[in-house]
Amino acid sequence: MRKELLNKANLAWLLLSIVSFVVLSILMKVGIIGSYYSITLYNIFINIILAVSLNLVIGVCGQFSLGHAGFMCIGAYCAGIMVKMMPNMTGLAIGVLIGFALSTIVALIVSIPTLRLKGDYLAIATLGFAEIVRILVQNMEITNGAAGLNGIPKLTTFPLLFVCAVIAILVVCNFTHSAPGRACLSIREDEIASEAMGINTTKYKVIAFVIGALLASLAGALFACNFYVIKPDQFTFNKSIDILVMVVFGGMGSMTSSVLAAVAIGIINVVLANFSEIRMIIYGLALVGIMIFKPTGILGTKELSFKKLFDKRKEKSA
Amino acid sequence: MTAFLQQLVNGLSLGSIYALIALGYTMVYGIIKLINFAHGDVYMLGAYCAFLITTYCGLGFIPALFISMIFCGVVGVLIERIAYKPLRHATRITALITAIGVSYVLEYATQYIMGSEVRTYPKLLTSASFHLGPVTITMQQVYIFVITVILMVVLQFIVQKTKMGRAMRAVSVDEDAARLMGIDVDKTISFTFLLGSALAGVAGVLVGIYYNSINPLMGMTPGLKAFIAAVFGGIGSIPGAMIGGLFIGIAETMVTAYGSSLYKDAIVYIILILILILKPAGLLGKNVREKV
Repeated sequence: MRKELLNKANLAWLLLSIVSFVVLSILMKVGIIGSYYSITLYNIFINIILAVSLNLVIGVCGQFSLGHAGFMCIGAYCAGIMVKMMPNMTGLAIGVLIGFALSTIVALIVSIPTLRLKGDYLAIATLGFAEIVRILVQNMEITNGAAGLNGIPKLTTFPLLFVCAVIAILVVCNFTHSAPGRACLSIREDEIASEAMGINTTKYKVIAFVIGALLASLAGALFACNFYVIKPDQFTFNKSIDILVMVVFGGMGSMTSSVLAAVAIGIINVVLANFSEIRMIIYGLALVGIMIFKPTGILGTKELSFKKLFDKRKEKSA
Repeated sequence: MTAFLQQLVNGLSLGSIYALIALGYTMVYGIIKLINFAHGDVYMLGAYCAFLITTYCGLGFIPALFISMIFCGVVGVLIERIAYKPLRHATRITALITAIGVSYVLEYATQYIMGSEVRTYPKLLTSASFHLGPVTITMQQVYIFVITVILMVVLQFIVQKTKMGRAMRAVSVDEDAARLMGIDVDKTISFTFLLGSALAGVAGVLVGIYYNSINPLMGMTPGLKAFIAAVFGGIGSIPGAMIGGLFIGIAETMVTAYGSSLYKDAIVYIILILILILKPAGLLGKNVREKV
């Protein structure tokens, strides 16, 4: 296949995203998706960004991060504070950029020492760092402590959210198919072997981790400008686990399944909204069950790929 | 100076509780290289078990302590058999996610059954206190410290002198070689979970008495802190877990006393990140080269 930007597969993807955008917008305009369900829809799109970014770290690179809520918290507060000072899109853009800068610095500080080590240290270090972020936010003047920020103007519109989610998926998928992404895949499969092949394992692990952190902070910014209020206790360990559940349910390493899992879990959460304790028990049991019986997740590493679809059809006709 | 000594005493009693939990983490990690996230919740179950026994059956402190030890030990073995054993040779991420799942199930099942409200713990020990020079020591603190020391000595004896202890050490060095030498690896791992969980059960009862209140999510934070204590001391090392637990306990009380209690959790995580940067193998840990 020739390398063209506008090949058949890419056009098919473009068409798919435009169609889904138009359909969802019309459904919301007409009122088939009411205001209650449109909140769910916004939530699902934010969760898609979070799940895809965590999947990059866990599924593609094989590193276990439990601090995704921390990066989301950084992004949310940076955007929230900026937007309160400058309640327009420029403010949001500056807030997002500050969030990016802060998340990058923090991600580097956390990951460089811990990713040199093998084993589960990253999980604990990221968990600890996410708690530190939350405790700092809880005690700082500018973040208004445990009460959180109120009255953040709602700047997250559906088109913006949709475009951000598509960008997040694009970034992650293209990264996976690039040379550094391939290096990450080989680290996931066998770290020692890839080191022996001359791959600088720490470098690529850090790159994947930082990209994941950036996308999480973007999701946080969109989150802050969507719900008017952000509080430190929205970004606890449980939030990280919620994201992890999406990645694990769908299948680690498959972006298609992360998106599907984010949608499915968004719907399940609405159905089980009144039974939150039972929902948590089910999540726990499902985590254990999936790991024991189908550790690759429901879809495994399968991806929806138009390229393969077209190739297969060509083979058949030939 | 008086205040400092007083805080040291408080830190020692809090630290001994952390040390008891950390022992379970370090033994399990030593033997199957798994961060047992559910360990903190086993400790919560221990607290609830003793709460139910003393409140509804009217038993005293010592029987309650033993019953929750046995209960937690059995729970630990069940968790290992049901959730971890099928994954013994799976990747580490798989095992870790399972552990988080088990922890969720324990927490929210307890919350569902017992309710999410904070329960007041019955007064099992005298709240009497005595003065040692300028420092006030409560009898509860003495009990906590003495019980911890006794259990650690017993544990050290089991691990170093008994046949089972030797098997545990052998499995933690090399599982396959141990199997070839005729050691029943499954039984040894279950025994490790039994010991670790029983210690967590004791810690749960002691915390209930010390803080006077329990709730279904109480296992999370102390569990993590105890894990950090284990990392600090050198994970896999039993004396390391004791030192780490005491250190974390003292650091936390000192920060509460001289800094701000708001930052007492943050300091523990900062210690963790520092130790990972400076000496990842921990204080008493050995640097082990990974073999292909």
